[in-house]
Amino acid sequence: MAPTRREFLQMAGFSAIGLALPVLPSLAWARTGAPAAGVSAYPAAPGPLPARKAKRWAMTVKPGKCRAGCTDCITACHLEHNVPAIGNPKDDVHWIGLQKVGHVFPAEAHPRLPDTIRGLSVPVLCNHCENPPCVRVCPTQATFRRPDGIVVMDYHRCIGCRFCMAACPYGSRSMNWRDPRPFIRKINQDFPTRTRGVVEKCNFCEERLARGILPACVVACKEKAMAFGDLEDPCSEVRLTLDRGLSLRRRPELGTGPQIYYIL
Amino acid sequence: MRLYNRGMIIAGIVVFLIVTTFPFWYGRGKAVPPPDLKLDTPAILGLKEKRCVEPASYMRSSHMKLLVTWRDDVVREGKRTYTATDGRLHEISLTGSCLACHSNKKQFCDRCHDYSGAKPACWSCHIIPEEVR
Repeated sequence: MAPTRREFLQMAGFSAIGLALPVLPSLAWARTGAPAAGVSAYPAAPGPLPARKAKRWAMTVKPGKCRAGCTDCITACHLEHNVPAIGNPKDDVHWIGLQKVGHVFPAEAHPRLPDTIRGLSVPVLCNHCENPPCVRVCPTQATFRRPDGIVVMDYHRCIGCRFCMAACPYGSRSMNWRDPRPFIRKINQDFPTRTRGVVEKCNFCEERLARGILPACVVACKEKAMAFGDLEDPCSEVRLTLDRGLSLRRRPELGTGPQIYYIL
Repeated sequence: MRLYNRGMIIAGIVVFLIVTTFPFWYGRGKAVPPPDLKLDTPAILGLKEKRCVEPASYMRSSHMKLLVTWRDDVVREGKRTYTATDGRLHEISLTGSCLACHSNKKQFCDRCHDYSGAKPACWSCHIIPEEVR
C-alpha cells in the first residue's frame, strides 16, 4: 500500500537525520564546497567542470578579425541549440547572424566609410540588455533577466504573442511559425528543441556556462574575434579588450544598455 | 398541447440518449487492465539498488509535481542539481536523468498516461533519445 503523506514525511525526516549523522563532524569541511560524505557514490554534478559564474556576463566582438564568408559561429550555435534551418526569410529562425555595418550601426555608418569597414560582416546576437524592452513587455514573464545579466526565455511560459519581437530593437528574436523539428539537420540530444508557437533567441549559452564551458560561438571562432567574460571583473578578457580603446554598442541612444561591445 | 413532428422528435431524443449513454452501457462490467509498466531497461537492470529519485510510491503519485519544481529550478533559478530526501544528488534533466533510466518511454511513460488520459506536452520540445535520428 502506498504510504500516506504523514508516513512519507516521517520516512523523509528519519532518512534526513540518518544522513546528517555521519556528516555532522565534517560540517566545516562540507561548507568549503567538498562533497558531503556518503554522497560521492552517486556523482550527479552537471558536468566535470564547476559552473562559470559572473556578476555581469558580456561579450566583445571584433568583426575585423572575421574571415570573409566564415559562418563558424552560426553553425556552432545553431547545431548546439537545435535551431532549425527553414530557408525561407519569412519563417527564418536564428540565434546569431551576420549583418553589414550599415545595418548594425545605422547612426555611425555614412557613405565615406572605407570599403574595408562597410564590407564587414558583423556577428549579431541577443544583446542581453541591462534594461531589456522584451522583458518589460512580456505578459507572462516568459522572458526575464537573470541576476548575472543573461536575458533568458522560459519556453514553458511563452504564449507566442510576439510582443517581445516588436519591442526588441535589434531583431534578435524569432518566432516558430511552424514545427521546427523537421528543419533541424542533426538534433543535439543534450538540448531541447522548441515547439510551434514560441519565440526563441540566444541564451548566452547559459546551459554551457552551468557546465563550465564558454559559449559555442566563442569557442567555434578560430580567429578569436569574440571574447566572453565578466564585466565586473577587471581581469576578464572582455574588460581587458574594452580598456584598450573605443568600442561601440548597437543603438545605445535607446537606453536598453546592450552588453555586446563591438570593436571596429 | 400539440407536439408537431412527434415521430421525428421522439426518435431524435431516443438516438441522442443512446449516443450519450453509449460509453456507460458499452463499458459496463468490463475492467480495463491496469497498464503494465516495464522497468527492465538496461540502465535499470544495471543498478545496484533499484531506486528512483524519490521512493517509488511518491514518484507514482507526484512525479508531475516534482517535474514542475525541477523545471522552475533549472529555468528560473538556474539550479541544476536536485537533492533527494535521502541526500543523493541528481542532475535535473528530463532527457538526461529521467530517460537515462526509463529509456523505454513507450512502455513506461506512455502506457500510464494513455491509461489515465493524461497528455503531457513535454515531448514537443524535450527529446526522446530513441526517437531522434
